[in-house]
Amino acid sequence: MRALLVPRRLIMLALAVALVLWCAVSLRWDWLGNPKYQALIMQGIWNTVWILAVTMVLGMLLAIPLGLAQAVGPWYLATPARVFCGVIRGTPLLLQLWLLYYGIGTLFPSIPWIRQSELWPILRQAWPYAVLALTLSVAGYEGEVMRGAFKGVPHGQLEAAKAMGMPRFTIFRRIWLPQALHRVLPTLGGETVLQMKATPLVATITVVDIYAVSSRVRQDTFIVYEPLLLLAVVYMAIAALIVLLFKWFESRFPNKAA
Amino acid sequence: MFAGALAASTLELLALSPPGWGATLLSGLANSVLIALGAFALGLAIGVGGAYGKLYGSPLVKDLLAIYTTIVRAVPELVLILILYFAVTDMVNQALISFGYARIQISGIAAGIGVLGVVQGAYATEVLRGAILAVPAGQIEAARAMGMPATLLARRITLPLMLSFAIPGLANLWLVATKDTALLAVVGFAELTQQTRQAASTTKAFFTFFMAAGVLYLLLSIVSTLLFNRLEQWARKGQRSMGG
Repeated sequence: MRALLVPRRLIMLALAVALVLWCAVSLRWDWLGNPKYQALIMQGIWNTVWILAVTMVLGMLLAIPLGLAQAVGPWYLATPARVFCGVIRGTPLLLQLWLLYYGIGTLFPSIPWIRQSELWPILRQAWPYAVLALTLSVAGYEGEVMRGAFKGVPHGQLEAAKAMGMPRFTIFRRIWLPQALHRVLPTLGGETVLQMKATPLVATITVVDIYAVSSRVRQDTFIVYEPLLLLAVVYMAIAALIVLLFKWFESRFPNKAA
Repeated sequence: MFAGALAASTLELLALSPPGWGATLLSGLANSVLIALGAFALGLAIGVGGAYGKLYGSPLVKDLLAIYTTIVRAVPELVLILILYFAVTDMVNQALISFGYARIQISGIAAGIGVLGVVQGAYATEVLRGAILAVPAGQIEAARAMGMPATLLARRITLPLMLSFAIPGLANLWLVATKDTALLAVVGFAELTQQTRQAASTTKAFFTFFMAAGVLYLLLSIVSTLLFNRLEQWARKGQRSMGG
């Protein structure tokens, strides 16, 4: 709090408050009172948040074997993993998303047994493609991060575990993986924010996230700026929550080496 | 396998002459590269200014730059593109009208370069700030002791020395810039991804076109990585290798 009580910061704070008040008074916010839009906004925020959480978790689960294969795997595992990470990181996410949605999505209806299967009602919707594309994207980027993390665990730790007669899988589960994850924790917060910034792309394949809701409001009411401002505020709030969450995580698992 | 068979039958759609869409894709690629180059250059200019401001600026400048980098790094590029595009077009037009000129339509390329440049600038500020901090302090102090003026010092000592530290980060930013141009497809600008979607939805050969565009993006990133490696070697000329 002390840092805020400098004259120039007080003036900036006053300016910021004035700006917010001006926005609140002179811009049009009457659409926020409409219960239809309130419900849509809540649904949009919920969709954005769960897509982000699910794809981060699934993507990390994929990233662990990808990183391991690249770090210590034999060439027939390391090469495909490296190519996968290269392709995911070398092409835009929007392109991958559209390839999956328009490409596979238009292929499925032409295959009879998929149309008749139990899964068809799910595959007909857009969100499975969104989740798949975002998960693969996380896997590609974090696979590279995990490769560095696995390699960064001190050799002595693994040798000590081996000398104690630990089986290989137990070494991985108790020593190697926890230390690697501990190493990536500080980077992971930033990566999660980057992933959050990628989520509005799913609106282009008709998933109703908060970005799609704001576009909808703009189309319905012809209000240009206000929905966009609300959108920016919502994303900044989510980013702040992510940063706080990871700070809390890091304080739960303090770096003993440092 | 299935996708491969499907792609083989539609490969002639990629031909360069009019029944094929190859020329359309390539013009899209050219637009993408042009915007990426412009945005990268603008981002670099903002980044140099921002890094110096963050390191040596007055407290007020430091605070303002902190707000700029925080906001840009927390709000999705897609949202920033929309906000800046509408806001800047509006402001330019209001200024023009108040000075008695007619309204103008800002071209897609200019808007794309401007918006992505502002985004790149925030990240470039952080990359260059770190690189300047990595320059040995003795070098800068020695130059100051010789009475070098600030701009000469920047030009002869700080900027050349920090280049080798900055290049890996800048290479990353360039790759981000090439991929971020795809976002302009959402606002309907005719860059590679948008052209691909156009071609794909006209011909229904989704796999062929999206794969082809993917290959083009990959080639772009591979070629740029090679170029940046050469550049890094050049910038490290005369330095002892870090590995020892």
